[in-house]
Amino acid sequence: MGSLSNRTWIHAWLFLSPAMILLIAFTHYPAAVTLFHSFFSTPRGKRPAKFVGLENYETMLADSTFWTVLGNNLWYALGTIPLSIGIAIAMALWVDSKLKGRAFVRMAYFTPTVLPLIAVANIWMFFYTPGFGLIDQIRIPLGFSQQNWLGDPDAALNAVIVVAIWKEAGFFMIFYLAALQTIPTSLREAAAIEGAGRWYFFRRVTFPLLMPTTLFVSVNAVINSFRLVDHIFVMTEGGPDNASSLLLFYIYETSFRFWDTAYASTLTVALLILLFAVAIGQFLLLDKRVHYR
Amino acid sequence: MHFTKKLGIGAVAAAMSLSMAQAAQAVDLQFFFPVAVGGKAADTIEELTKEYAAAHPDVKIDAVYAGSYQNTVTKALTAVRGGQAPQLSVILSVDMFTLIEEDAIVAFDDVIKSDEEKAWLKAFYPAFMENSQTGGKTYGIPFQRSTPVMYWNKDAFKKAGLDPNTPPATWAELVEFGKKLTVKDASGNVTQWGVRIPSSGFPYWLFQGLSTQNDVVLANGDGNKTNFSDPKVIEALQYLVDLSAKHKIMAPGIIEWGSTPKAFFEGESAIMWTSTGNLTNVRNNAPFDFGVAMLPANKRRGAPTGGGNFYIFKDSTDEQKAASLDFIKWITAPKQAAKWSIATGYVAPRADAWETPEMKAYVADFPPALVARDQLEFAVAELSTYQNQRITTIFNDGLEAAITGKASPEEAMNDAQQKADKILKDYR
Repeated sequence: MGSLSNRTWIHAWLFLSPAMILLIAFTHYPAAVTLFHSFFSTPRGKRPAKFVGLENYETMLADSTFWTVLGNNLWYALGTIPLSIGIAIAMALWVDSKLKGRAFVRMAYFTPTVLPLIAVANIWMFFYTPGFGLIDQIRIPLGFSQQNWLGDPDAALNAVIVVAIWKEAGFFMIFYLAALQTIPTSLREAAAIEGAGRWYFFRRVTFPLLMPTTLFVSVNAVINSFRLVDHIFVMTEGGPDNASSLLLFYIYETSFRFWDTAYASTLTVALLILLFAVAIGQFLLLDKRVHYR
Repeated sequence: MHFTKKLGIGAVAAAMSLSMAQAAQAVDLQFFFPVAVGGKAADTIEELTKEYAAAHPDVKIDAVYAGSYQNTVTKALTAVRGGQAPQLSVILSVDMFTLIEEDAIVAFDDVIKSDEEKAWLKAFYPAFMENSQTGGKTYGIPFQRSTPVMYWNKDAFKKAGLDPNTPPATWAELVEFGKKLTVKDASGNVTQWGVRIPSSGFPYWLFQGLSTQNDVVLANGDGNKTNFSDPKVIEALQYLVDLSAKHKIMAPGIIEWGSTPKAFFEGESAIMWTSTGNLTNVRNNAPFDFGVAMLPANKRRGAPTGGGNFYIFKDSTDEQKAASLDFIKWITAPKQAAKWSIATGYVAPRADAWETPEMKAYVADFPPALVARDQLEFAVAELSTYQNQRITTIFNDGLEAAITGKASPEEAMNDAQQKADKILKDYR
């Protein structure tokens, strides 16, 4: 008995170990080290690191750039997540129905996803350029004046959000398209017999059945809204005056431009806490409502 | 197999391993270089490196293109921290204090030995050396250096009724000419701006032209004190803001660096300020007759220097340091410096490079190439402090806040000074 259960234990650990080793080496250990470093000053060639307790956290709470960037990131998440999901559902419904050239439309919607974000950002730079960019080429003949989208602190972040939505919606569409195709046609036929309208059918049947996909997509969207900053590098470098800077971009800047690795660790801890809270919230609140009963 | 044949093969193998052992004793150098402007810069550096290696078979140089200036310093410092430092690199002159603080580089004074080499240090333009020396020691050798200059469209000047051969020489003239050069269509939209001073990414650089002209320097020579809230700095910033807000001769908001030459070529703007590193680009692409001038004066003439220096890294053997020094001496020698300057538009860093026959022929054919060099007489050190990237970012944020109208120049500069003081107080 005892030896058998021992063997079961050994097997269990053996099965667990590959994933566990990877998780510990690349996720838990770096997170713990980051937390540890956030209590020290940044070592430089001529000054070793010294323990500073909560000083980095005090600096962070008093850092106006941190709060600007945090606010930007929340606005960015609010701007990108619902819109890109909404557009993805609309596009998926559109390309799921019987229309001519369906394959072409699907491909067109998916293309932005395949492009590297840096390339996407470069394309949009040409759209946004004041004077001779695509948008101004259209606006100026209509009697509007030049608009410097990326150079105006009120417009820069929104201009960046548009690019992110353009990029993300096509990606999410694929998941919704797959989900739509698993919905049995008998439901639609039954609804047709009952005389349900299209909107009623979507609201009461299709959308609830898409909820597991929506949870998956929204988790991805949240992660992406904190993870994707490549286009910031190309389009605005966080400017003007940090108007379009996001938390991860600020962490990169602090760490690899300012070489203040201790403060960057502190900011990373803040990001981890934020993501942790969001993940818990998503699972506790949404998971119950996801599965259609 | 025949015995003698075997012996022969053995001898060849032995000879090969011997020669390989010798090759391993040769000096290996890793050299990081950035490219900040389009065109032939990367090709020219690789060409020069190969030429040097061909003449010095005992030295192997691995020239690594490391991206932008920003990427290069990031890459070099990451390598230093990982114990894999390059032996030499071209890095922004303003990163000197950062490299010193990271204990990454050695002073040239500690590497050079002979009197001839001491004299060599003195051959470079003093304006370039301001960003290369601190505490009485020389840490960087000027190479990829520039100053900003003013380009103007002669056709646009003619159309506006201005003398096409007279660029604005003062701040007041810039406004006066700019008003004549700003053209609006029937519905009141501007089709041609008078002047374009780009401000995206690193607005501090061209702004330093204005602050220097207003007779104030932005930071001290020890790199631990800034003068952002000096009334003369605020006044210069007010002038820059007024170009758009009050005089309406420059597009409002942040103006993109990258598209500035194109805006100039397309007649979007009659005057532009940009690096002399763009000279070859403008020469090849401007569809109209253009002129190049020094930046206009206010209380005095002035411009910052810019660009990159050679640094020798600490974590190298004595042979490697000596070989690095020899390579740097060779590549900055008149003949090579002239070749580099002609290919790119960067200012050859020493006076004797301008005396070479190649350079004389080049400037005789294309006199605008002389403007940036002549401006060196009025040039000052580019803003450079300890924690330079951070201080510069703070200053840039302040400039952007004022340019976009989010804060008054006075508020923005006082705020920037306060933030800079907080960081630099540890270095005083």
